Amino acid sequence: MTKLLQWLGSLALLGGIWAALMLDLVGLHAFSPSWYQVLWALPTYLLVTLGCYSLGVVGYRLATFNDCQAASLELQAQIREARADLARRGMKF
Amino acid sequence: MASAARKYSVLLPTYNERENLPLVVWLPVRSFEESGNEFEIIIIDDGSPDGTQEVAEQLIKIYGSDKILLRPRAKKLGLGTAYIHGMKHATGNFIIIMDADLSHHPKFIPEFIKTQKEGSFDIVSGTRYKGNGGVHGWDLKRKLISRGANFLTQVLLRPGASDLTGSFRLYRKEVLQKLMEKCVSKGYVFQMEMIVRARQLGYSIGEVPISFVDRVYGESKLGGNEIVSFLKGLLTLFATT
Ligand SMILES: Nc1nc2c(ncn2[C@@H]2O[C@H](COP(=O)(O)OP(=O)(O)OP(=O)(O)O)[C@@H](O)[C@H]2O)c(=O)[nH]1
Ligand SMILES: [Mg+2]
Repeated sequence: MTKLLQWLGSLALLGGIWAALMLDLVGLHAFSPSWYQVLWALPTYLLVTLGCYSLGVVGYRLATFNDCQAASLELQAQIREARADLARRGMKF
Repeated sequence: MASAARKYSVLLPTYNERENLPLVVWLPVRSFEESGNEFEIIIIDDGSPDGTQEVAEQLIKIYGSDKILLRPRAKKLGLGTAYIHGMKHATGNFIIIMDADLSHHPKFIPEFIKTQKEGSFDIVSGTRYKGNGGVHGWDLKRKLISRGANFLTQVLLRPGASDLTGSFRLYRKEVLQKLMEKCVSKGYVFQMEMIVRARQLGYSIGEVPISFVDRVYGESKLGGNEIVSFLKGLLTLFATT
C-alpha cells in the first residue's frame, strides 16, 4: 500500500468516526449540545495544533542545527597539508 | 567467521573539480593506508573542460593505477549514470559514494566502515540531522529550507533514516546494483528513492553523523528549480511507494 493510500485510509477512518458522532448515528443521545459544539470544532483544533507542532519542531531543529565551524577549520588545515605533501611527490597544481 | 576479504571502492563523480580532486583523493588514501583496509578510488569524470582528468592522471602516477582508476565519459551525462558507470568498474565488495567537492569529508569513511561492521548493515548513510552531524557555510534561509524539507519528508514517507537527500553513503555492492536497477528519479530525489526502495526491499540501514562543509572551490552544478523538483519528487514517492 502506498503512503498516499495509508494517509487517505487513516483520514477516512477518522472522518468517519467524527461524522458518526456528529450525526449521532450510534444513537447514544447521551451528549449535551455543548458537547456538539466542541466536536464540531475538533478538526479545526487538531489542524491548528498539528500546524503549531510542525512549526515548533522545524523552528527548534533550525535553531539547534549544528554549525560545524571546527570541521571547516580542520579542512582548511588539511588542504594545506595535502597540497604540500602532493607537491613533494611531484604533483603540479 | 571466515568472511571473504573486504575491499572498498570509492566512487568519485567529477565535473570541473580540478582544485578539489587532489585533496579528495589524498585524504582517503591516507586514512585507508592507516587502517590497512583494501581500497580503490574510481574517478568518473564527464569530460570536464577544466582539466580534471589531467589532475587524475597525475594522481595515478603518484598512487598507482591499482589504487586510482580513471573511468571517464565523453560528456556530462549526469550523476545517476555516473554511479552506474563507476560501479561497472568496481572490484570491491563495498561501494562508497561521495561528492568530490570536499563537502563530504573522507575522515568519516572509517566510521562508515565501523558502523557497517558492527550492525552488519546493507547500507550506511551519512546524516547531517543527527548527533554531531551538521553543516557549515549555509545561511539561515538554506538551513530553513533544508530543515523544512527534511521534516516534510519524514512525515510523508516515514523512511526510517534521518537524511534522505544526502549522498555520502556506503553500500554492499550487490545492494547498490539492485537499487540502481529500481531507481528512476534524478537529482536529490534519486538519493531519496534509494533509501525508500531499500526499505521496501528489506535492506538494513545504519547511520553516521557527518559534518557537511559547503564547497570551497568550484561551482555548484545543481540549482535552478531545486525546490520545485524536490517537491515533485517527494509527492511522486508519496503517491507511488
Ligand atoms: N561525472 C559527473 N559528475 C557530476 C555531474 N554533476 C555533478 N557531478 C559531481 O557530483 C558531485 C556533487 O555535485 P555538486 O555540484 O557538488 O552538487 P551539490 O553537492 O548538490 O551542490 P553544492 O555542493 O551545493 O555545490 C560533485 O563531485 C560533482 O563534481 C555529472 O553530470 N557527471
Ligand atoms: Mg556539493
